[in-house]
Amino acid sequence: MRKIDTQKITEVVKRLCMEANYYLGDDIVKALKKAQRIEESPIGKEIIKQILENSQIARKEKLPICQDTGFVVVFLELGQKINITGGELYEAINEGVRQGYRSGFLRNSIVKDPLKRENTGDNTPAVIHTEIVAGDKLKITVAPKGCGSENMSEIKMMSPSDGICRVVDFVVDRVNRSGGNPCPPIIVGVGIGGTFEKCAQLAKQALLRTVGIRNPDSFYADLEKRLLEKINNLGIGPMGLGGRVTALDVFVETYPCHIAGLPVAVNIQCHAARHKEAVI
Amino acid sequence: MIKLTTPVTNNDIEKLKIGDNVLLSGLIYTSRDAAHKRLKGLLDKGEELPIDIRGQMIYYVGPTPARPGKIIGSAGPTTSYRIDPYAPPLLAKGLKGMIGKGPRGEEVIEALKRYKAVYFVAVGGAGALIAKCIKKASIVAYPDLGPEAIRCLEVKNLPLIVANDCYGQDLFKEGVKRYRK
Ligand code: SF4
Repeated sequence: MRKIDTQKITEVVKRLCMEANYYLGDDIVKALKKAQRIEESPIGKEIIKQILENSQIARKEKLPICQDTGFVVVFLELGQKINITGGELYEAINEGVRQGYRSGFLRNSIVKDPLKRENTGDNTPAVIHTEIVAGDKLKITVAPKGCGSENMSEIKMMSPSDGICRVVDFVVDRVNRSGGNPCPPIIVGVGIGGTFEKCAQLAKQALLRTVGIRNPDSFYADLEKRLLEKINNLGIGPMGLGGRVTALDVFVETYPCHIAGLPVAVNIQCHAARHKEAVI
Repeated sequence: MIKLTTPVTNNDIEKLKIGDNVLLSGLIYTSRDAAHKRLKGLLDKGEELPIDIRGQMIYYVGPTPARPGKIIGSAGPTTSYRIDPYAPPLLAKGLKGMIGKGPRGEEVIEALKRYKAVYFVAVGGAGALIAKCIKKASIVAYPDLGPEAIRCLEVKNLPLIVANDCYGQDLFKEGVKRYRK
C-alpha cells in the first residue's frame, strides 16, 4: 500500500483551482488563433481577438479568465493500492477548493440549497467523480465549470431506432437553440450510451479531451467531424453575433448501453474551457 | 468605433445601430438576478430605487474579488435572458442601456423601441480584459449580495457591440442569417 496524506491532496487541489482559472490551456489558445484566421465576420474576428488578449492579461496578472470561476468538478482516478491517510479524502478536496478560491481571489458561486439559494461563501462543495483504477497513483483533474454554458446542456433518452441521424439532429439542434448564451466559440461534449446518469457524465468527461484530438474509433472520429461541420454551418459565430466559428471542437465519448436504450447527452463548454490535472 | 459617455440622451441612442462598435466611458451600474429582483420589488410597490437610473446603463456582472490594491477582479458579462422579466419596467423608468451577453426576448426588444434604449454585448469570458477598463468601483446598494451587490463603476473605453438598437433590430438574428449555410 502506498500512503498519500490528505494534506498533500488539499495542496494540489488548491493549486489546480488557481491554475485552471488563470491559465487557459495551450490547445484552446491554438484553436482560438486558428479561429481568428478563418473567421469571416469582422465582429467575430474582433471578439476572438479580445478573447485571446484576455487570456494573456489573465496569465500575466493572475486574474481569472472569466468572472464565473465556476462549480469545481473534480475527477479522481484513484489507484487501488493507495491508502489515504490523515483525514477524509472528500473533505481534503473541499478544503483545497476553499483555500484555492479564497487565496486565489476567485468568485464564490455556489448556493447551499437549489431552492433556498444561500451562498456557501467558499465555493464548496465540489462535485467529485471517483474512479478506482489499477496501480498506486492518484490523478486529480480540476475542471471549474461556468453556468452560462452548463445551462445550455441537455440529456435525451432516445430510442435505438432513432439511429445516428437523429442523434446528430439532437446535438446540432441543442447548439442551435443555445445561440449566443454559452459564450461561443464553444466546445461540445457528447455522451452516447450508458444509463441516464452515466451518459451525462460521459458528456462532461468528453470536455477534458485536448482540442484537436479525435476519438480513437474512426466511426466516432468521423461523427465528431460531421458534427463540427454542421455546428459551424449554423452561423451562430462568436458570442452568437454571426460568423463561421461557433465551435472549436466536438468530442464524443461512448459506453455500452441497454438493448432498449440510446441515451444522448450534450454538455456545452464555453471558450473559457478550464481543466488542469496533476498526478500524485 | 463610436465613443459614448454616460449619461446618454435619446439623441445618442438614435445614432446607434446594430453591429456598431462602441467604446463606453463614464459611470455605469452593475446588477444581476438577485439585485434586479429587489429593484423590481420596489417598483411594484411604487417605492424609490436606491440608484437613479435615468440616462444610465446597467451592466450585468458579478465580478471576482479584487486583489489587494486592485480596483476589481475579473468582470465580464453574464447571460442576459435571465434578466429579461426585469428589464422593461426599468427601461420605462428611463434606463437607457444594458450590457450583457446572449440574446434578449421579444418583450425586451419591444421595450427598447418603445423607450428608446439599446442593448450592448460585451465579450463573455473576457473578464480580465474588461477589468482593465474599470477605473473605479464602489458598492452603492445591497452589499449583502456579495458579488451580486449593485456597484457603481467608472469605465474608460469599455469595448461593446450594439446587439439590439432602438429600431427593433436584432444582431443575433441578422448576424446568424448572414453566415448560416
Ligand atoms: S459561459 Fe463561460 S465564458 Fe461565458 S461567462 Fe460563463 S464561464 Fe464565462
